[in-house]
Amino acid sequence: MEGEARVAMTPQSARDLQKLGHDCLIEAGAGEKAGFNDSAYEEAGVTVVPDAEALWKEAEIVAKVRPPTDAEVERTREGQLLISFFWPAQNEDHMKALAEKGSSVIAMDMVPRISRAQKMDALSSMANIAGYRAVIEAGNNFGRFFTGQVTAAGKVPPAKVLVVGAGVAGLAAIGTSTSLGAITYAFDVRPEVAEQVESMGAEFVYLDFEEDMEDGSASGGYAKPSSPEFREAQLAKFRELAPEMDIVITTALIPNQEAPELWTEDMVKAMKPGSVIVDLAAERGGNCKLTVPDDKIVTDNGVTIVGYTDFPSRMATQSSTLYATNIRHLVTDLTPEKDGKIVHDMEDDVIRGATVAHAGEVTFPPPPPKVQAIAAQKPKEKPKELTAEEKRQQEIAEFRKQTRNQVTLLGGGLVLMGLLGLVAPASFMQHFIVFVLACFVGFQVIWNVNHALHTPLMAVTNAISGIIVLGAILQIGSGNWLVILLAAISVLIATINIVGGFLVTRRMLAMFQKS
Amino acid sequence: MVGEQFVTAAAIAASVLFILSLGGLSNQESAKRAVWYGIVGMALAVVFTALGPGIGAYWLMIPMMIVGAVVGAYVAAKVEMTEMPQLVAALHSFVGLAAVFVGINAETARLRVAAAFEEAGVPFPNPEGVSPPAALVEGFSAFAAKVATKTGPEVVFLQIEVVLGVFIGAVTFTGSVIAFGKLAGKVDGKPVQLPGGHLLNAAAAAGSLVLAIVYLTADSGVVSMTALLAIAALAFFIGYHLIMGIGGADMPVVVSMLNSYSGWAAAAIGFTLSNDLLIVTGALVGSSGAILSYIMCKAMNRKFINVILGGFGGSQGPAADIEGEQVAIDAEGVAAALEEADSVIIVPGYGMAVAQAQNAVSELTKKLRGKGKEVRFAIHPVAGRLPGHMNVLLAEAKVPYDIVLEMEEINDDFPDTDVVIVIGSNDIVNPAAQDDPNSPIAGMPVLEVWKAKNVFVSKRGQGTGYSGIENPLFFKENTRMFYGDAKESLTKLLSLIE
Repeated sequence: MEGEARVAMTPQSARDLQKLGHDCLIEAGAGEKAGFNDSAYEEAGVTVVPDAEALWKEAEIVAKVRPPTDAEVERTREGQLLISFFWPAQNEDHMKALAEKGSSVIAMDMVPRISRAQKMDALSSMANIAGYRAVIEAGNNFGRFFTGQVTAAGKVPPAKVLVVGAGVAGLAAIGTSTSLGAITYAFDVRPEVAEQVESMGAEFVYLDFEEDMEDGSASGGYAKPSSPEFREAQLAKFRELAPEMDIVITTALIPNQEAPELWTEDMVKAMKPGSVIVDLAAERGGNCKLTVPDDKIVTDNGVTIVGYTDFPSRMATQSSTLYATNIRHLVTDLTPEKDGKIVHDMEDDVIRGATVAHAGEVTFPPPPPKVQAIAAQKPKEKPKELTAEEKRQQEIAEFRKQTRNQVTLLGGGLVLMGLLGLVAPASFMQHFIVFVLACFVGFQVIWNVNHALHTPLMAVTNAISGIIVLGAILQIGSGNWLVILLAAISVLIATINIVGGFLVTRRMLAMFQKS
Repeated sequence: MVGEQFVTAAAIAASVLFILSLGGLSNQESAKRAVWYGIVGMALAVVFTALGPGIGAYWLMIPMMIVGAVVGAYVAAKVEMTEMPQLVAALHSFVGLAAVFVGINAETARLRVAAAFEEAGVPFPNPEGVSPPAALVEGFSAFAAKVATKTGPEVVFLQIEVVLGVFIGAVTFTGSVIAFGKLAGKVDGKPVQLPGGHLLNAAAAAGSLVLAIVYLTADSGVVSMTALLAIAALAFFIGYHLIMGIGGADMPVVVSMLNSYSGWAAAAIGFTLSNDLLIVTGALVGSSGAILSYIMCKAMNRKFINVILGGFGGSQGPAADIEGEQVAIDAEGVAAALEEADSVIIVPGYGMAVAQAQNAVSELTKKLRGKGKEVRFAIHPVAGRLPGHMNVLLAEAKVPYDIVLEMEEINDDFPDTDVVIVIGSNDIVNPAAQDDPNSPIAGMPVLEVWKAKNVFVSKRGQGTGYSGIENPLFFKENTRMFYGDAKESLTKLLSLIE
């Protein structure tokens, strides 16, 4: 296809496919634009056939990148398996036609998003490239540095980048943008991705929205259309951000739907001249209505809008390598015995989900996968920001509460002491002072003990609690045989305790070493 | 023979040394010195008390001490570091039993003094301001002589102290024996209670109270001694039944609690014997154990009373269902991930102790550090069966302590970590504690391992943790299960990392 530089098989993937018992064919010149020439394929044991017509005739499995054209649909035959991007929702006619011809179709864009299928998730691998390329493309059209610099020739402010939609492409864009040094903001309707956004070094844009933001995990990790109120809040936030942003990258897509309009005309107007918008959703109508698919335009106020739809294709070598690997993994799953025989297992979640036509029937849409993509998440409450005054008040209240508690405790303690003093003999009170003070010292000292030393602490306290031996020593000289016996036993076991406790502590402590 | 004043001086020195000894445990280096303070303090206390006035029966005392020292040294040298919890529990039981014996002895002494006074026709206890005849007092040695000079209220307080000492000592004794049994695997770790549950404990406690009153008001020696022994018997039962009802996972709290009890028992006996050193030391140990129990409870977000009363309770609904599957991985996969990782955090748990895998862990750490990777350990406060248990095991395996970090120190670092290896821990890395308000461990602080890029869980099988709760961590997308005995798995892993 014109403008498509990617190829579904690389020499490396061909080698791996041959290990599975398959013979590989490739159309002459198919890999040229991606940097793989025919001789490289031949070296890898691939038969190079002169044209597409011949290839379709010979091959049992046809793997390609773009959805099939009318002519290609004509060429398929019964039992043939086509693997490619398909967009089944938009290509119903082709899907029906192929099903009627009895050929099977696996749509790479329908691979379910579960852990096991990640290795064949071509959408993700392509989106990753698109996100990266979007930032590079934006930088290409942006007249300034990404990173802020103070140079002898003057100060350069850092570029501010807003990424709308933190899917795979969005996250890749965030990563690229932050690593180039731009201040990056990101927004997504799924609040649970805030953590991922922040982990990539960008700031998540929160909305002041009353209603709970939705939980995207219910729909297999993809975004869902949002409520009108939510949309309003979202657009208001964007309007507020628009004048500040130098680069906006929109990646918002909802599966099998037209791309939602998120960057309206007035936002574009509000942006500074020289700003760049890269609309990764251009192919599906664009997140910005001014976007012209497959083209780059400059608006009246000097904002560049990039609407290319072929970002992955612009990095054909990289994307072909990844795509070919995705295909290879899929074929691996299709040939479980590694004997070159295709087993189209419709019980398998991944294969079932991706297959849109099989055994003469249209099998789209697939049933929901048995395994959920992401565990459902509970909405987290965002801690309320406190003003300095509120904080201060809180501190004062806290302090008062502590003072009150301490005074109450001390007062209670005093009353108790008084009561005890009423009945207790003087000698007892003298010992009691010692006891209370020792408790206090104990509390103060123990709080400072390192957590890692809690076991040695227990062993030491254990050893010194063997001090009970003193009690036995004091009694052992008594005249009564029973007392002597019991005291003797006490001396014995308390000594075991003391010696054992101290020695084992020493043994433990000697083991703690600094690196 | 040294005078009373020397004994007191030695007691003061010993108290100071004990405080320094505990204070020195604030860091690893000073701790090595601190233990010597403790040893010297103890030696001073024992030697000077033994040489003090009114002490006899050296022919019995010294052999007993030698035998005790030899047994203690033997046990300390032989014990495996993984068996540390059992050892500590066993040693606690000794203190408890000694407290019971000393308490009974004190009662015997009181009865003997009372009998002698009666024979001589002198009133006992001594009326206020009246000194007993010197000849009579001199007839007694050591402790009994002290008792002979006591007045009425002093004798009542003496009796109260004896009851407390015996009661706490007895609970400590049987409690520690059961804790030892559970930790050593000789008693089933599951909570077991006799029919009646805590009512039985409450009844026994109430019975002890009644008996205490009988003891305090008894006129005849036979009645008072019987009452005291009965109190001891009931307390033995309470200690047994209380700890039987507590599950293995709560043992860190139990052991620290028993540690505390042994201290209080010593302090109570100190009051009985009017010995300040015993009081000071008992109070130090008692407060230390109390703080440790508090720290442990906080680490599990449980109320102390709930731990003591046993079992997890109070969940108000079904726990959230977990969806997804546990994905297994082999040693090759883990090795590959480790090769690529820059930062690794290892989270050890009781399973590591059980499998004796600490040396393999240390070896792995050395290899990874040798390759320039950052390797650290994250220790949850209740990992293992004793406070600080994991630290000791890692230290034994020569893992440097400055890469072994506490939960608070390391919890924020997980999102920037490439690989987390969880070895034999379960509940302490359970995200349900944060996500699922119905989970029995909801609110318990946990190590947020799931925020790391990859999590490998080394685990024997698919079973649940001690609390019997499913762990959603195992079902997470970035979690891989590395099944098998921890030691074998790690040894296999070691051979793959070059």
